[in-house]
Amino acid sequence: MPEPAAPRPRVAVTVDGAPWSVPAGASIAAAFTEHDAPGWRQTRRRAEPRGLSCGIGVCFDCLVTVNGVHGVRACLAEVRDGDVITTEKGSGFAERGA
Amino acid sequence: MTSGRGYDVVVVGAGIIGAACSYFLARGGLRVAVVERGTVASGTTGAGEGNILVSDKEPGPELELALLSQRLWRELAGELGPAAELEPKGGLVVADGPAQRAALDQFAAAQAGAGVEIEPVGPDGLRTLEPHLAEGLAGGVRYPQDMQVQPMVAAARLLRRARELGAELLFRQEVTGLEAAGGRVTGVRTARGVLSAGLVVNAAGPWAGELAAGAGAPLPVLPRRGFIVVTEALPALIRHKVYTADYVANVASGSAGLEISTVIEATASGTVLIGASRERVGFDRSPSLRVVGMLAARAVALFPVLREARAIRFYRGFRPYCPDHLPVIGADERLAGLLHACGHEGAGVGLAPATGHLIAQLAAGQAPDLSLAPFAPARFAEPARA
Amino acid sequence: MSSPPRKGPDLPNAAREPAARPAAGPASWDLAVIGAGPAGMTAAIAAADAGARAVVLDLGARPGGQYWRWGPATGDGRYHHGWPAFAALLRRFTTHQAAGRITYRSGHAVFQVEPLAADDAGGGQFRVHAVADERRREYAAVEAAAVVVATGAYDRQLPVPGWTLPGVMAAGAAQSLLKGSAVVAGRRVVVAGAGPFLLPVAAGLARAGARVVAVVEAGQPAGYLRRPAGLAASWRKLPEAGGYLAELARHRVPVLRRHAVIAAHGGERLSSVTVARIDAGWAVVPGTERALDADVLAAGYGFIPQVELLGEAGAQLAAGPGPGAFVALAGPDQQTTVPGLFAAGETTGVGGADLARIEGAAAGRAAARYAGRPVAPERRGTRRSRAALGRFAAVMESVHAVQPGWTRWPDDETVICRCEEVTLGELRTAISLGADDARSAKLLARPGMGWCQGRMCGHAVSAIIDSEAGRGGSGRTGTRDPGLAGPETLASRPLAQPVPLRVLAALAEDSAAGDSTVEDSGVEDTAVEETVGPPEPR
Repeated sequence: MPEPAAPRPRVAVTVDGAPWSVPAGASIAAAFTEHDAPGWRQTRRRAEPRGLSCGIGVCFDCLVTVNGVHGVRACLAEVRDGDVITTEKGSGFAERGA
Repeated sequence: MTSGRGYDVVVVGAGIIGAACSYFLARGGLRVAVVERGTVASGTTGAGEGNILVSDKEPGPELELALLSQRLWRELAGELGPAAELEPKGGLVVADGPAQRAALDQFAAAQAGAGVEIEPVGPDGLRTLEPHLAEGLAGGVRYPQDMQVQPMVAAARLLRRARELGAELLFRQEVTGLEAAGGRVTGVRTARGVLSAGLVVNAAGPWAGELAAGAGAPLPVLPRRGFIVVTEALPALIRHKVYTADYVANVASGSAGLEISTVIEATASGTVLIGASRERVGFDRSPSLRVVGMLAARAVALFPVLREARAIRFYRGFRPYCPDHLPVIGADERLAGLLHACGHEGAGVGLAPATGHLIAQLAAGQAPDLSLAPFAPARFAEPARA
Repeated sequence: MSSPPRKGPDLPNAAREPAARPAAGPASWDLAVIGAGPAGMTAAIAAADAGARAVVLDLGARPGGQYWRWGPATGDGRYHHGWPAFAALLRRFTTHQAAGRITYRSGHAVFQVEPLAADDAGGGQFRVHAVADERRREYAAVEAAAVVVATGAYDRQLPVPGWTLPGVMAAGAAQSLLKGSAVVAGRRVVVAGAGPFLLPVAAGLARAGARVVAVVEAGQPAGYLRRPAGLAASWRKLPEAGGYLAELARHRVPVLRRHAVIAAHGGERLSSVTVARIDAGWAVVPGTERALDADVLAAGYGFIPQVELLGEAGAQLAAGPGPGAFVALAGPDQQTTVPGLFAAGETTGVGGADLARIEGAAAGRAAARYAGRPVAPERRGTRRSRAALGRFAAVMESVHAVQPGWTRWPDDETVICRCEEVTLGELRTAISLGADDARSAKLLARPGMGWCQGRMCGHAVSAIIDSEAGRGGSGRTGTRDPGLAGPETLASRPLAQPVPLRVLAALAEDSAAGDSTVEDSGVEDTAVEETVGPPEPR
């Protein structure tokens, strides 16, 4: 039986421009998982979908861009209210060097 | 236990030089054995950037060798296949100020006289060729003939072709010494026994001096350490091999201290390689954040767009270095049948096909296409005392 | 296969004069602890108990490591094991923080531990370099007389067809989602792999409301019965496993033994897995394959310790346990072969949280002593506990050890190196070109050249190469680079974390200034949220 729990506080972020309500204090990877979006990155060579793999910051599969900073490990970074999250296709590096 | 069969030639070393020698020797119809204590590209070649340059060579024997070698690389493209990533991307040397520009222009003009294609570039033209270059540079020279290759795959492909042409590849076997009798080489010794051959090619990279000394024919080949910083895979930002004009001065320097110049290029996989440092510290492998930091600082100064790019690793290699910065190619007068193909310092990849071709000509008793006098092992001999 | 290494001290505990050095100044510490899991926390606490000043650099957002990973929604320990013990440790930790003896810096990715030249007092000092804050990436460095590396370990995943599909993750990843973020990984979960870790992962998921379709264990835990000596060594462990099994039975979760997930299937995400029976060598028993619907596969085949900081600092490493793994050699005081550099927890061998705490405390005390603080001797029972736990860890490793038959599960299209997307077919081409170890494979086909620098695939590449060469597939080849002694290259990583070029460039400036004391830069001491409480009754 699932544990009864008080409703969790949530924060508002955008993901590729779309507004999402995500659990406060959750990792960005957890937010994608809860949203039933387990694949959020596209690989460089074969354009294949990736998401959470090792979960602890070792494998670098889960990278997202957060507030213009590329290559953020979604399994380590926790969501903050107002975060602008964009998914990466290939290298997440923007020519402006953000 | 002695190996029953003999060979015409034993090549010691399966780096890019050994690979090129094996290929040309096998193509010439000789029975070749390549003996390597690691596997393909286990030594310096495994740390190589893959430079095939004419741009950094002043007129003289090494430039002639480089021009010949370049032509041969282009001819080998079909043998190598796409995995070797042979790319005629061209080099761009940039000057940071008017004095450096003047020196560079003079240098390039002399090179042009020796057969190198050059395209002077004014300050405004630089950013047309490389949009992400820093502002305020004084111009430079483009060298369309400079190329890039993946050196380990190239070595492996050459060795495979050599094997298809009859060569034997003996990996994970260390040559412990040369066998000789009556002033002639008769083969090499490994833990498994003796491989007999009338010719031995010393392509042992930074260990070539050690091998030669063991045969009573010492050579002053020393290691010169270099670091390369590798970034995460980036979108296409950098098109040429780009480097600063102080590169040339650094190669020619004999200093044991740290020499740094800026060399930056992108690879087919998207990573950017940042070099180049030179230090005489023996085979010290310890990581040096100080040197790596300097490489990073100069890279960012040249390409500010790289500030937020992340280094994911750096690696070190040991260039085999001779005091006069020329390789050793040719027969050793002290031991008949011993041919040297070593001491290429940081130019081994670029000069490999020419080296292999010339060695094959020597082995076949043909007159080499280039005079080998400047590369002769005898140039290090002590002058005879009166 | 030879008997597994007995996890425990490898180096004699050489008597050592405490380093005569001045008290730690404002810009340096007695010790730096890297990692804040069970080993790191107890090391910092033990050192602070002795009056030492410790700085803890942690990749995570709050202390606990992976074993006690928690977040704002899970601070009551609802998904954790041994929560009261953690709560007690955390209280001691924060008490020391308040007193200024422990400084805790979260979000720090340490990329190098640099031994500095010995000072006049004869002891070594260390500079620890880090990138602070995953979002801002600033440079942070600390100097300390001693360093304790307690960086833990990560799941070993075996590449099978489809394993890169979203929804396929490490067993530890599913647990991190739950423990750290109170998020269940998916609706229908298969937990697979080898090792006792699978049980708490599956039980936690079931407790949180996931439908755990099956637990698929490749080992045969009846093997414990064949090793009575090791079993007797830690009789406390059996009820723990029994508890998880009972919980799984309550949730009607089938537990399969001598089975493995040999393929994952789906389009843009996982939709099913193939399970098959395997023999003792992990070869698939033909005809036993069947499909299970699942949107999550949480898989783990043991753990690989994170020892790169130790290796690069010059500490001697040894291969094992298991393919691709290296551990730091350490004495009973947890000191490595580098004076002043200590290793505790999984970095000395995979042995679990209880053993990690004992080692962490030993390391913290020894590091404090090394830094010149007076330290009380180890409590008597500790040595026996440590030995017993070490023996049990060795038994666990052998019962659940990875067998080489798995190298036949992937096919030519299977991605082996996730970062560079190198397939088994491309790896086989590299082998035909002369690649005969992980390093030469890397140079010829790029596995291990990407972001993770071979952490995920190195063991697999080694095992596959061994298997293709008819050498068994144990992956113990490591590398035999003639320029190096021993297997270090597979674990060699001069940058343990990615570093912005801007940060490396700043290092050059510091050096140029010629200042031997790095100004203490970086983020302030991180306050730990005081929301940890006792677990609610289940």
